[in-house]
Amino acid sequence: MGTVYDTIIVGGGLVGAALACGIAARGRLVAVVDGDDRDFRASRGNFGLVWVQGKGAGFPAYARWTAMAAKYWPDFECELRETTGIDFGFRQNGGYDFCLDQVEWVARSEEMSLVQQHTRGEFEYEMLDNTELKRRIPQVSGDVFGASYSDHDGHVNPLYLLRALHQRMQKLGCRYYPNQRVISTRPKNGSFIVKTSSDRYQAKQIVLCAGLDNQRLAHELGMHIPVHPIRGQLLITERVESFLPCASLPVRQTMEGTLQIGNSHENVGFDDSTTLDVITRLAARAVRIFPHLSGVRLVRAWGALRVMTPDGVPIYHRSAHYPGAYAISCHSGVTLTSLHAGVVADWVCDDAIDALIAEFSAERFDVSNTSLRV
Amino acid sequence: MFRTLASGSEKIEIYLDGKPVPVPAGISVAAAMLQLGALPTRLTPVKRSPRAPFCMMGVCFECLIEIDGLANQPACQVEVQSGMRVRRQCGAGELAS
Ligand SMILES: Cc1cc2nc3c(=O)[nH]c(=O)nc-3n(C[C@H](O)[C@H](O)[C@H](O)COP(=O)(O)OP(=O)(O)OC[C@H]3O[C@@H](n4cnc5c(N)ncnc54)[C@H](O)[C@@H]3O)c2cc1C
Ligand code: FES
Repeated sequence: MGTVYDTIIVGGGLVGAALACGIAARGRLVAVVDGDDRDFRASRGNFGLVWVQGKGAGFPAYARWTAMAAKYWPDFECELRETTGIDFGFRQNGGYDFCLDQVEWVARSEEMSLVQQHTRGEFEYEMLDNTELKRRIPQVSGDVFGASYSDHDGHVNPLYLLRALHQRMQKLGCRYYPNQRVISTRPKNGSFIVKTSSDRYQAKQIVLCAGLDNQRLAHELGMHIPVHPIRGQLLITERVESFLPCASLPVRQTMEGTLQIGNSHENVGFDDSTTLDVITRLAARAVRIFPHLSGVRLVRAWGALRVMTPDGVPIYHRSAHYPGAYAISCHSGVTLTSLHAGVVADWVCDDAIDALIAEFSAERFDVSNTSLRV
Repeated sequence: MFRTLASGSEKIEIYLDGKPVPVPAGISVAAAMLQLGALPTRLTPVKRSPRAPFCMMGVCFECLIEIDGLANQPACQVEVQSGMRVRRQCGAGELAS
């Protein structure tokens, strides 16, 4: 067995890799023990938005958390790009979310106003009618009712981001072990033993960042981390001339000119396949918003599973039973990358504890707490 | 650049970047471009590097070209037609307006 690491991170997706960068940068010896392509890997199938609009409506801490992530992104991006030489296409020049009809528009305004209250005005947005929207993006159809817009939003190429994080964490001295699916974990005399089919690893701390496998792994360490899959299908078109000024939902244009069209929300269990009806629906909605896209060819489509918690809010949990054991599960792991490499790494290293983070403990799902809240 | 083995086949006229040119009937747009030496057939969207038909069987997508106003057509999979308007693309294909 040999080396006893300071920290083992189980899972090298966006969450695990960002955290590994943060912890290693604080001088700890880190091992990232990762699975393989047979796992469901949200980090390799997502939409790539750094998105603040509407996040945390009804959960003030999450609204503030997301606003903080967006604020830290520019510095975080600059450092990661300069230390790795990888340009992962980060652009934070605003985002539109289109509303086809008035019902969507009214619901969106309420959500946006709630997020603004939660963040005590830090989150700023505009609700645009069709005239103003068409002034800004002439290709939008006259049938679209309007859109919400926020300056905080942006986007990245999530695959390049993941590659940059992996390169950075290894430069910082992390040991990366791919194709090492963790079978079991157990506490042993104040440390933790992690078993894969071919190896064993030991560390003083363990952080579970294994996406949809977190629930199973956490159970062995006495933590209850409820996560379930929500499928999203998304479409990729051929490259076309640039026409979108910034990120938008449901159409995002990459820096190379490809259009990415999202984004279904389907509760279908552990099934990441694509279906013709959803592909058709997504394409039709995009063409309703942008009629000039009707002749554009799709070149591929895929399904990927979101790592969803019961309330859609991230979980940052430390075990009360076994000090040194942590679990992190979140949707919006692209958006939150800047925090995972920063304040969340501080929290795991016990350097400085952001007051907000306690709000994300999985204790909120304990039956006794739930019934108290009702 | 290339020669056809069968000589004397029937010629038709297509428009290449707006200019009428004679080409043998029955061949693909990509084959016509090669025969005319009209290379490169496009410049790539990001780095503007030159491209030409490569696989000639519809799998590599190197030969994308605008045909009758529709961008990004695989030239090796489309047969030349009399009066066809073929335009080489410089960068990403244009969207129909
Ligand atoms: C369709 C879709 C669209 C999305 N769009 C956005 C977006 O626009 N913006 C945004 O912010 N977020 C978006 N997300 C969410 C984002 O992709 C996820 O929150 C993020 O990728 C989660 O990262 P993760 O590292 O926790 O999980 P994963 O990417 O699932 O990584 C988990 C890692 O753990 C490994 N693993 C699993 N089990 C084990 C085991 N037993 N032992 C060892 N390793 C293991 C896996 O191999 C994998 O490498 C989207 C997600 C989906 C599915
Ligand atoms: S030359 Fe390869 S697809 Fe046309």
